[in-house]
Amino acid sequence: MTTYGKLEIVARGDNEIVMTRVFDAPRDLVYQAFTRPELVKRWLGAFGGWTFPVCEMDLRVGGKYRWVWRKEGAEMGMGGVYREIVPNERIVSTEKFDDPWYEGEALGTITFVEKDGKTTLTQVVRYESKKVRDSVLAGPMASGVEKSYDKLAEILATMSTKRSPQKAGRKS
Amino acid sequence: MTRSDRLNATFTALSDPTRRAILARLATGEASVMDLAKPFDMSQPAISKHLKVLERAGLISRGREAQRRLSRIEAKPLAEASSWLEDYRRFWEGSFRNLDELLEEMKAVKQKAERTKRKGEVR
Repeated sequence: MTTYGKLEIVARGDNEIVMTRVFDAPRDLVYQAFTRPELVKRWLGAFGGWTFPVCEMDLRVGGKYRWVWRKEGAEMGMGGVYREIVPNERIVSTEKFDDPWYEGEALGTITFVEKDGKTTLTQVVRYESKKVRDSVLAGPMASGVEKSYDKLAEILATMSTKRSPQKAGRKS
Repeated sequence: MTRSDRLNATFTALSDPTRRAILARLATGEASVMDLAKPFDMSQPAISKHLKVLERAGLISRGREAQRRLSRIEAKPLAEASSWLEDYRRFWEGSFRNLDELLEEMKAVKQKAERTKRKGEVR
């Protein structure tokens, strides 16, 4: 059971990542906060010095959305198309980042479930393949890397200060 | 190179198992083409080709001495690529903290509206 305020991110099946979060508010309010651009602008990614100058949402099936954040000359943008909209219940949309964080386009499904005045938000992102999903979850080094190379990231992390004596344990 | 070009080059370089294995070997210390060809059971030209791809992606650098050209790993591009999930989590955690505050505001507005409405109905 997810507790209030705690974000959970887990892998599901072959190619999905599931994120769950409980909000202390009825679901019609949570839904509004997710779908009205003037409200979305106030919370999504707008922290830590990032501004959110572009927040365009044409909330209808086939409509597009486009989000751009900026910070000190850096820019992060993403967007997609709405595929399904059930008010207060479900939003299905495609997502693609301007930077190639992962291959191809992902499909996101957000559901809102209310219980005792609290709303559980579940966001499922389905990637094009298991390979893409795994690279997102654990960083690209994890995809297809043999178990013997698990320590690589650790070794790399220590390398900037001194050469690590650890061996990568390559099979011969 | 822009950040997205760099990430692209990194992902392409890492998509090959031999190149990942070469990186793992280089993580333990510098090596020449000859050092790498032996354990991987590959020809030196084949190894050289992989090293070129890794070098272009900025994942390794190579010495200039023709005799014994040592390759060494460069940690920064890898660190940049693998911090994606961390960034993702931080993004949503920060956003949802904002949203908690916004929802409190919205709840207060809604309650006020409902109280006003109820009063109107009673009269």
